[in-house]
Amino acid sequence: MENIIKSENIIYFDNNATTKVDERVVETMVPFFSTYYGNPSSMYTFGGQVGKYIKDARAQVADLVGAADPLEIFFTSCGTENANMAIRGVLEANPGKKHIVTTKVEHPCVLNTTKRLEKLGYQVTYIGVNSEGELDLDEFRDSIRDNTAIVACMWANNETGVIFPVEKMAEITKEINPSTVFFVDAVQAAGKVPINVKNTRIDILGISGHKIHAPKGVGAIYIRKGTLICPLIHGGHQERGKRAGTENVASIIGLGAAAVLAVDNIKDESTRVKMLRDKLERGLLERIFNARVNGSRINRVPNTTNISFEYIEGELILLHLSDLNICASSGSACTSGSLEPSHVLRSMGIPFTAIHGSIRLSLSRYTSETEVDYVLDTMPHVIKKLNGISPFQKQLKELEEIKLARK
Amino acid sequence: MWEYTKKVQDYYRNPVNVGEMENPDAVGEVGSITCGDALKLYLKVDKSNIITDAKFQTFGCGSAVASASALTEMIIGKPLEEAAKLTNQDIADFLGGLPEQKMHCSVLGKEALEAAIANYNGEIYTENTGEKVICKCFGTTEDKIRQIIKENSLDTVEGITNYCKAGGGCGNCRNDIKKILDDEIKKRDVQHAKKPLTKTQMIIKTNNILENHIATELRKDGGDIELVDIEDNKILVNLHGSCKNCRSSNLTLKNFVEKILKEHLGPEIEVVEV
Repeated sequence: MENIIKSENIIYFDNNATTKVDERVVETMVPFFSTYYGNPSSMYTFGGQVGKYIKDARAQVADLVGAADPLEIFFTSCGTENANMAIRGVLEANPGKKHIVTTKVEHPCVLNTTKRLEKLGYQVTYIGVNSEGELDLDEFRDSIRDNTAIVACMWANNETGVIFPVEKMAEITKEINPSTVFFVDAVQAAGKVPINVKNTRIDILGISGHKIHAPKGVGAIYIRKGTLICPLIHGGHQERGKRAGTENVASIIGLGAAAVLAVDNIKDESTRVKMLRDKLERGLLERIFNARVNGSRINRVPNTTNISFEYIEGELILLHLSDLNICASSGSACTSGSLEPSHVLRSMGIPFTAIHGSIRLSLSRYTSETEVDYVLDTMPHVIKKLNGISPFQKQLKELEEIKLARK
Repeated sequence: MWEYTKKVQDYYRNPVNVGEMENPDAVGEVGSITCGDALKLYLKVDKSNIITDAKFQTFGCGSAVASASALTEMIIGKPLEEAAKLTNQDIADFLGGLPEQKMHCSVLGKEALEAAIANYNGEIYTENTGEKVICKCFGTTEDKIRQIIKENSLDTVEGITNYCKAGGGCGNCRNDIKKILDDEIKKRDVQHAKKPLTKTQMIIKTNNILENHIATELRKDGGDIELVDIEDNKILVNLHGSCKNCRSSNLTLKNFVEKILKEHLGPEIEVVEV
């Protein structure tokens, strides 16, 4: 870690990947490492007293998602555990039901779980999206069967920020099959859009700490009272037997603090952060002729924009941005570790000329206008330089002419 | 995040020989935007078949730009014939190495060069034409996979994916790739077996044959045989006992001893009595 890049020099536009832990969150956590280090399951006061703080954190998270009762909140390790627990746990509790409904654009924590379950004999229906990344609700309605155990659907897409009408989908699900459990992966929605599960027909909902300025390695799952679900992790009686393992005390308390801050900041997200995102997006589209936005610009979380730079490749863009200390991510194949580009953009039918050059910029409460201006000043030069390397000069020229003609 | 060498970083930051060439003598174009990388290589070649200039344009990641830059630097000033011998490993070595998953970028460079040379010679570069396509996601043919395995001594399916992408998409062809790989490994093993033996190995092997297949027969008639030395293909032996004075010892030597040894060691050997 000798050549480590200092965070104060960083222009961070990758908040859908992870967020900076809020200093106030860190403060609440610190005493629980070496001062109040007792195990909350212990009989003596020194350990047991920690339980009170976990209880507070549970209430704070319940408030963030609008649960009727804090006892409907269970602490987990992350969003991926939530998805595994919800899907596998519901299937185990409903042995007669062999059908799952989900979408083609879910996070791998859902898609790779359902793929595995298909191998084990379960049937899965994957609902597609249109070019804006939106679901067809009629197709969704038709997919629910008598033996559908669970619907797994994200609230907001991590790559495009597009919001699914999960509240309405939960209604539809219950209308057709009241015994089908409706699970929402709300990792990218929590803290960005208001969530109020008690007023919905959602049964299970998962959030992740590190996307809302809490540490990595902690998450929470809301399970509506009366929902049949088996635990994923067996062991001690922690989390009332629903999730065994000694509590990640400091992180749970941090998640509670982060939940309070997220509630306080939700207005900032939908006003200031949204304004900055829109300025950034508009600015890039104005300055760069081969830029295009992927996904609906109406139904979208306020912090995310996914922009493609046609005929150039995403990893190369990221490497050049990194040299300018700008952090972002890409749906390009080269960055994914696999050789296939973003399954989300492919499901939307985005042309390959654009998929490989897609860049996601995601903001947070820490993003400043100066940072947005810096990206607007520097990024067009990067794209111009990289356009010059592309073998598709003819196509780029045509694109530029079309753009000019429109102006 | 990829671990790129300093040289790779320098080249993607400041690529050299980028751009379209006016009136090139040869153009090689490989890859496609669907697959995520494409490379166009332009060459100027003089009367004595020397590459006097090279330029490229690429749609690809950092290592693709670096590989293409490296390729142009490596071939400018070289005769076509010599440039044609360049391998993808040479490109990777020039860059101080590439991450395994990025080796396909160096392969793309090599392919573009092949395509450009074919173009110069008035041939059509026969990439993906009429051959059996194994990987439908990336259009990789059986011949291409076999070539990649051979050139880079690969022994895993993941390795093949890293070098030519085949099998890296839907993954449906991985079983077919495994079959091709097993076949190539088998061929390689046979070749390895044919590798010339060292002198010591040769002596041990010859002695075993003499002992197990020849001496036992000679001893039945009261004779014997001893290995004295081996000089290249000449096996020097001594005959003992009744063989020593036997009039047909020369026949024994040629028709029996040499025949058996040839069966085991190859037709090029010769048995000489000393």
